[in-house]
Amino acid sequence: MTPISRGFRGRRQPEGAAARLPPGQYETRDFPVLSAGPTPRTPLSVWDLTLRSPDGQSARWTWDEFVALPREKITVDIHCVTKWSKFGTSWEGIAIDTLISAAAARGVKTASYVMARSDGGYTTNVPLADLTNGKGWIAFNYGDAPLPPEHGGPARLLVPHLYFWKSAKWVRELRFMENDTPGFWESLGYHNYGDPWREQRYAGDE
Amino acid sequence: MKKTTKQSRARSAAGDRPVDSLRLDGNAAAGMLREVFVPDLTAGRAKCAGCGTTRSIGALHVYSHGMGMVVRCPACDGVVLRVARTPTRVWLDARGAISIVISGEN
Amino acid sequence: MTARAPATRIEWRLATVVDALPETPSTRTLRLDVPGWPGHRAGQHVDVRLTAQDGYQAERSYSIASAPEDDKLALTVERLDDGEVSPYLTEELRAGDKLELRGPIGGYFVWDVPIGGPLFLVGGGSGIVPLMAMIRHRNSCLAAGDREARKKLPARLLYSSRGWDEVIYRDELAALAAKDPTLEVVHTLTRNPPDGWTGFHRRIDRAMLDEVAWPASDNPRVFVCGPTPLVEAVASTLVDPV
Repeated sequence: MTPISRGFRGRRQPEGAAARLPPGQYETRDFPVLSAGPTPRTPLSVWDLTLRSPDGQSARWTWDEFVALPREKITVDIHCVTKWSKFGTSWEGIAIDTLISAAAARGVKTASYVMARSDGGYTTNVPLADLTNGKGWIAFNYGDAPLPPEHGGPARLLVPHLYFWKSAKWVRELRFMENDTPGFWESLGYHNYGDPWREQRYAGDE
Repeated sequence: MKKTTKQSRARSAAGDRPVDSLRLDGNAAAGMLREVFVPDLTAGRAKCAGCGTTRSIGALHVYSHGMGMVVRCPACDGVVLRVARTPTRVWLDARGAISIVISGEN
Repeated sequence: MTARAPATRIEWRLATVVDALPETPSTRTLRLDVPGWPGHRAGQHVDVRLTAQDGYQAERSYSIASAPEDDKLALTVERLDDGEVSPYLTEELRAGDKLELRGPIGGYFVWDVPIGGPLFLVGGGSGIVPLMAMIRHRNSCLAAGDREARKKLPARLLYSSRGWDEVIYRDELAALAAKDPTLEVVHTLTRNPPDGWTGFHRRIDRAMLDEVAWPASDNPRVFVCGPTPLVEAVASTLVDPV
């Protein structure tokens, strides 16, 4: 039996936010920083992004080539598995659809699953269908400014309909896989898919 | 020879962590590790699988923000231990440690 | 004497707040009754868990401020304005309330009398808390008036605070040092020294450590606790973290 701490409410959401909040979340106006390691600071002169087929075929963009691709502006709510949600965050980035089309022209074939890999070794797995058709981006501006390193700059994956650990900071590679393989947190007790509206926080939820 | 034992305040009196000190030291891992192991591991020593350096677990670097605890080698930043707690389980990944040596005395 | 943590997994225990006393404008000491408390070593900490009506839980670690010999377990908590747990512990909680905790935790940052000295403690802000447990433990163990025992185990504290009003345990430290010539307490104030302040008025640096620390040839036991930048700076100056 767990005793109630008299008068303790924790961080609660203001009234009215409820309908916009997935179950178990609270609204924050801050942008909390969660990190599993030191913040990498890769100079743009050496930064690149790679899309890789299961057969090893790859397409690579330097920073200048990457930001020259057609951009999109995105305003979305984001939901962290540690229970904060932030409404109306504004980003600018390149749609994964755009990257896949450009990569296809260089012989890169997609597959059903994607492993995102970041500077510092972080990984996360996402089904391809959750990154395409306007569901996923690689974002490099937050608000109207370059994405700060503590929030994943120079560029991070943005998959706002899944818990935010799927939106890998400091992303450098998307590798297409025939078979699903768990990433950093997915192999340590967190849910493989991570839908906030179904509250898929942990392995076995649902 | 001097023996210096250090501890970042983030887990001393101020348990609510200031954002400017994301990194803690190995003492911060003690509570979670005690959920898995009976002996206190922070007084033990771990050998990093990445670079082979051996250190007191209490002297390793800990990143502990929400999802779990990632214990890294101060020499190479490689992950030595990972621990996450879900409502019903504690998950431990020690692939990054070649060995963990704990005193047999108690 | 010092109790050892038992070799079992640690359980959550239900403590009762005996009293809650302000130390500084932003810190408060909670004295707790903990049935079945197995004892602790100076420098260890506990995890505290709060549960809201709807089941929401938050958990944080706090250093133990009391000596193992003290009859109540004491935690000193600093209020952080954007914190979730510390404002509750420093403002809401009152005598008679229940609090879940588990511990003691940590076998690395501990000192007790058999480890010996000289003891050099370096603290910043609320990092004083586990160091205070060591000072109190030392004081309890060395029988009052036993000059020989104290001479074998001299202690120095170098303590960095922002202002004089923010010095935690200020009066107690002064009283202990006044009656114990083998305990030296050196303050440095980084922001607002009071009028007439003649002590250090800057962050802890190499020159200050050279002036205050025991020479390496004395083989001091050194414990450093404070904000990460302070700890890293001091530890890199004092060489050789384990």
